[in-house]
Amino acid sequence: MIPRILGLVTAAVLLLPGIARAIDIQEVTSPGGIQAWLVKDDSIPFVAIDVWFNGGASLDAPGKRGAIHLMTGLLEEGAGDMDARAFAEAVEGLAASFAFDVYRDALTVSARMLTENRDEAADLLRAALVAPRFDEDAVERVRGQVLSIIDGDARDPDEIASQTFNALTWGEHPYGSPLEGTRESVGALTRDDLAEAHRAVLARDRVIVGAAGDITAEELGLLVDRILGDLPETGAPMPGMADYQLPPGTTVVEFPSPQSVALFGHEGIARDDPDFFPAFVLNQILGGGGFRSRLMQEVRVERGLTYGVYSFLGLSEYGQTLGGRFSSSNDLVAEAIEVIRAEWTDLAENGVTDEELEAAQRYLTGAYPLRFDGNGRIAGILAGMQADGMPVDYIATRNDRVDAVTAEDVRRVAGRLLQPENLHFVVVGRPEGLEPSN
Amino acid sequence: MLPRSLQRIVLTLVTTLSLAFASAAHAAENVTEFFLDNGMQVVVIEDHRSPAVVHMVWYRAGAADEPHGASGVAHFLEHLMFKGTDELESGEFSRIVEANGGSDNAFTSWDYTGYIQRVAADRLDLLMEMEADRMRDLRFADEEVVTERSVILEERSERVDSSAGGLFNEQMRATLFHNHPYGIPIIGWRHEMEELDRAALIAFYDAHYWPNNAVLIVAGDVTPDEVRSLAEEHYGPIPANPDVTARARPQEPPQIAERRVIYEDERVANPYVARTYLAPAREPGDQRRAAALTMLAEILGGSGQTSVLARQLQVEGERALYSAAFYDSTSYDPSSFNLVNVPVPGVTLEEAEADLDRTIADFLENGIDPAQFERIKFQIEAAQIYEEDNVQGLARSYGVALTSGLTVEDVDAWPDVLAAVTVDEVMAEARRLFTETSSVTGYLVQPAPESAAEEVTQ
Repeated sequence: MIPRILGLVTAAVLLLPGIARAIDIQEVTSPGGIQAWLVKDDSIPFVAIDVWFNGGASLDAPGKRGAIHLMTGLLEEGAGDMDARAFAEAVEGLAASFAFDVYRDALTVSARMLTENRDEAADLLRAALVAPRFDEDAVERVRGQVLSIIDGDARDPDEIASQTFNALTWGEHPYGSPLEGTRESVGALTRDDLAEAHRAVLARDRVIVGAAGDITAEELGLLVDRILGDLPETGAPMPGMADYQLPPGTTVVEFPSPQSVALFGHEGIARDDPDFFPAFVLNQILGGGGFRSRLMQEVRVERGLTYGVYSFLGLSEYGQTLGGRFSSSNDLVAEAIEVIRAEWTDLAENGVTDEELEAAQRYLTGAYPLRFDGNGRIAGILAGMQADGMPVDYIATRNDRVDAVTAEDVRRVAGRLLQPENLHFVVVGRPEGLEPSN
Repeated sequence: MLPRSLQRIVLTLVTTLSLAFASAAHAAENVTEFFLDNGMQVVVIEDHRSPAVVHMVWYRAGAADEPHGASGVAHFLEHLMFKGTDELESGEFSRIVEANGGSDNAFTSWDYTGYIQRVAADRLDLLMEMEADRMRDLRFADEEVVTERSVILEERSERVDSSAGGLFNEQMRATLFHNHPYGIPIIGWRHEMEELDRAALIAFYDAHYWPNNAVLIVAGDVTPDEVRSLAEEHYGPIPANPDVTARARPQEPPQIAERRVIYEDERVANPYVARTYLAPAREPGDQRRAAALTMLAEILGGSGQTSVLARQLQVEGERALYSAAFYDSTSYDPSSFNLVNVPVPGVTLEEAEADLDRTIADFLENGIDPAQFERIKFQIEAAQIYEEDNVQGLARSYGVALTSGLTVEDVDAWPDVLAAVTVDEVMAEARRLFTETSSVTGYLVQPAPESAAEEVTQ
């Protein structure tokens, strides 16, 4: 009798290489037509659900920067017939938890619900997503909190660095400005602006669902419709591509601190680029996590110039960077920058050794299965895979693609991707012996 | 609440609130404890959902066990543990872990130093071999000591000196703990860190890094028999050190004067007032008071909308941007209970302090909302379900407890002790806590504007 109300359920059983355990992802289509991915595991009586809305804070209307961020903060501050306190009491009374967050490419909701009261918890989440109230007192309270965050960011060297870097890199594109908005833009937001922000983002045509835990595919289909079925079909159009516009150089922002924070980078590579996997492995060797990377070895272990340095592939939907970050005492930062430039150059010219490549591959392929630990983590991974446009069998093929990368691939991609002459360093602090380029 | 919570403002003061309920989930069923012949305590937590294993060794030695004047040496040693031994080259430990697809890390607190790796379950043998090797055979090469000292000084700059809140927090603790070494920062005072040398490291290592001063915790896709046999092979041959005895640190004298800290820093964006009280921690076999204080912190400040502070200060009064109460229940010696109030612009810190005092006075007068009490009790029950999903977190809660003087029985009993706490017990603890003088009140503020200062000097 269930299949009548259920759309389509297909299962793909994926064996992780080297691990004799299946991650069994079921693709679920709800009766109302919403897609969801599920890993069922009934050993603990709760379910974790990640609901993501693509577009995120980049869908702010012109002149309304910060509207989507403020709106996100208000989703749990009163919904339906409940004011903020009544809503919070209801959630606590069910021991459910909903975490609302917003990024440049997505608004995310991570929910946990006990099996024993799942439907009631789902009704609360539905109310928050579909019928937030934006009561005046709640708006003013949360607006005050946002303004204090904006003030705090203005005195936080890490935030100053990333805001400076983003503004120089992406200009007028939403990526170029902090998604919290400015004192002026947030101060001017009206209740109508918040309602408009809500309509722009929370729509069914951009929703992604990942779930893991104690729920069947049939139950999940019904639950998803219960939570999301009353949302409008469409929202605001997605933002266009962001033009990379960061020239090479050094920007210094004066800040009173014994240490300088440095954020640096140049143009990156997209996830769907044919060279993505070589670039992924290359970044691991250059400055990926752990002590073994070139940057950690040269800057921290050999010279003691920093507590930590890393590099990253910035894989945003509409513009990519290859970047890095470290902080060093003001008298050491110039030397650290020289060491980083030298590593960049060496890798670009000489590529990596076979030993480095093999170590990186063993780490990346060995670490991958360990990510799938716990319902909360798995639900997030399932949502992330869909957001990145990956096929449902990606988990089974991913390690093979890492292992297929050759030293020659890395050498070729390093030559293309790493551009020491194009690096731009944003340094926030009082660096000594470092000349700004403009 | 906010997407990016305002907790960021007082991050350095807030120990994760979710830890308040950190406990054991259905412990009896999947937790096994035994001791090796050399006295090493072993705890195995089975979780066969994923083919991974977490391997941890915790030493019952932390920053509060350092010799006077050598602050930071416990944490410095933690860094050196990744350097060479007689078997492994410097850095080889992490390289081998990574080459096996694992991750490794370490952490130092006042009561413990811990080493953790996470790998596929079939690599446990290798990890134990390496961890046992560095328990006694670290080499301490001179040049590595010197370079790594620069790294910890940079770490201090990054974590503490670059943050107004970090410096404020350090001052608050130093003022709360007059005599107990909990008043000394884990990372160390800079002038003492600069003097730490090879001899200081070796002295700390030789005093504390022994199997009879360590707890081995293995959690994940393993059985107790597998762990026992591997542990006997690798850790078993290391002799016990009979000189290792229970810790006895200097305790606080009666605190008869209220104390105040005012810290000015131009990097402060949101000034706030903090209050910290000395408070008892969980005692072996006697966790009732700590359970009542855990509930008290949750009632006062556990939620951004429904807790007493949030309701009165943020929602109804609209006089605070953020408020919180937090309590560290798990600590070898007495710990602290903390309140924070971040006022909205226009409300001074003096007024914010008065708001805090009034809210506490009203609470002592009016008591606890029974509906809120029931909700929190249900959340504690549910926390046991959610915690089962996070075996690493569970393993950590055992590690913290067992290096804080508690037993596995205490950890197993904790959820029941929490569940049994009554409203009367919570109110009794609240009265006791808030009427004592053993507190510190601190203001984190911006310096007065320069124009005002000039007027004064002119």
